[in-house]
Amino acid sequence: MTTETITQAPAPVHSRGNRKQARRNTLIGWTFILPNFLGFLAFTLIPVVAAFALSFMEWTSFSAPKWVGLANFQRMFASDSFWIALRNTVVYALGHVPLTMALALILAMLLNRKLKGIGFFRVAIFFPYITSLVAVAVVWNMLFSPDSGPINQFLGAIGIANPPGWTSSSDWALPAVIITSVWRDMGYYMVLYLAGLQAIPTELYEAAEVDGASAWQRFWNVTIPSLRPTTFFVVVMLTVSSFKVFDLIVVMTNGGPGRSTTVLSQLIYQEGIGEGKFGYSSAISLVLFIIVLTVTVLQFKIQQRRER
Amino acid sequence: MTNMAEDLKATHLRDAAPLPNGAATAEDRRRTDRKRSPREQKKRTANIVIYGVLVVLVVALMVPFIWMLSSSLKENNQVLTVPIQWIPQEFVWSNYTDIWTRIPMMGYLQNSLYLAVIITCLQVLTGSLAAYGFSKVRFPGRDVLFLAYIGTIAVPWQAYMVPQYIMMQQLGLTNSFNALILLQAFGAFGVFLMRQYYMTIPDELCEAARIDGLSEYGIWARVILPLSKPALASLALLTFVNTWNDYMGPFIYLTSNRLWTVQLGLRSFVGQFDAEYAMIMTGSVISVIPILIIFLIGQRYFIQGIATSGMKG
Repeated sequence: MTTETITQAPAPVHSRGNRKQARRNTLIGWTFILPNFLGFLAFTLIPVVAAFALSFMEWTSFSAPKWVGLANFQRMFASDSFWIALRNTVVYALGHVPLTMALALILAMLLNRKLKGIGFFRVAIFFPYITSLVAVAVVWNMLFSPDSGPINQFLGAIGIANPPGWTSSSDWALPAVIITSVWRDMGYYMVLYLAGLQAIPTELYEAAEVDGASAWQRFWNVTIPSLRPTTFFVVVMLTVSSFKVFDLIVVMTNGGPGRSTTVLSQLIYQEGIGEGKFGYSSAISLVLFIIVLTVTVLQFKIQQRRER
Repeated sequence: MTNMAEDLKATHLRDAAPLPNGAATAEDRRRTDRKRSPREQKKRTANIVIYGVLVVLVVALMVPFIWMLSSSLKENNQVLTVPIQWIPQEFVWSNYTDIWTRIPMMGYLQNSLYLAVIITCLQVLTGSLAAYGFSKVRFPGRDVLFLAYIGTIAVPWQAYMVPQYIMMQQLGLTNSFNALILLQAFGAFGVFLMRQYYMTIPDELCEAARIDGLSEYGIWARVILPLSKPALASLALLTFVNTWNDYMGPFIYLTSNRLWTVQLGLRSFVGQFDAEYAMIMTGSVISVIPILIIFLIGQRYFIQGIATSGMKG
């Protein structure tokens, strides 16, 4: 506000002093931004742009870059591994996004009350999110052991005769990864939902109660609509993070058994850094980026339409 | 972690008896005055039920940690037993002394600490400077530039890791800490988080300082920085924990064992000795402890930081 009055003084003509002031501001602004911007430009912005260009080139660690148009994409769409990785990534997202969202919301609603010691519960539920990923993956791998792991012992105890083989079975490895990631992530999204819930004015609930709305009706007609901006943010963040899932899978299953848990970002890594096919792997990156962008824009449109 | 579970039971018992008063708002009190006993009674039972649910829930969610800690104190052949032993038959404390000689754990911890500290310092410093430029100094092109920052947050890092790798290879920085420092210290997230916070600081404060003759750098250092301690703490803690826990960065760039971080060291230990269940769990516990300590000290800032970055502005 106040800086505005300096650079773009209310109405009067642009005097020389104003222009001088503006130039000074530009200089000052840039000196603040520059230390970060140089690093950001060199190691984020340029690589992002380069990834686009690379996907239309053939470039391996053994050959010079060469423009090949859409050849990388043709090869990709004809490749089995790409479709398997895409399918696994989508399945992972379809499991991870709704489950994490639902559990995070339930936890947030449970914990959104003034009770002594409530902080402890919030903190405890949040903690898995910041626990080192390797430790999480290693522990869950053992919990999931098919024969004598605690999870299958528990399933046996409640009467499930043939518990799944989890990470050793190509059908159950992906669900095992999803369960682990939901457990790890829900605390984070719970915090986001808690912030959203706390921003809802209590008057809304009181008014609904006066009107005789049941708890269920209040949930659907007050809580859910008021949380819409939070939900938008949560869905976008969750989707983006689902499509870039990488480290959890590398550590837990390394894509196996077979190719049953190979995901897109793992394929990019294998092709690009593992085998040095820079161009081809960038084409896969572009697909990953377009998916994430589409989902984000779509969510944004839905959100806008609802607001109208 | 068992300690934590006991704490939890203790608070549960302590708090369940004399309940609402502390939490009741003025309005609640006014309302309860009218028909005190039935309402209060109902609220109390409801609270006890909620505590019960929460305790069960938290214990269930903590099972992986409880199991990790208990297994770390067992013999290898005692870890995956039928039925499950939650408390080790005998406590094998030697796991915690042996691990240091089995793998170079100390070196791993030092490497992780070194990376986390340097990256955190750079990120906080450059992030808060840039955030000041983006929120308190007005100049042409500023908002477009900020949009570019925000835009890259939405681009999955995996989508440009290959160009980054090629670049580092050309610079001869692969297999060195410098590659990771350069890649992670200038993140857009830090700028975003700090800017979100600076936007809530009224511009009038800066204006007053300007009139008092402070330069913009002076305002940043003497007015804004002291006011933004909570945000600085949030950013520092989040960056530290992210760097400490990062697996992919070190996995891609650090090939020689002497540069490995805790995460890489632990992963390779699992790969080499996959039947040493107890020792693996010991390593996992050791890799989590620094995070637990930092988290317990600064948990308020973690939660605030996440809530802030979740706000749109």
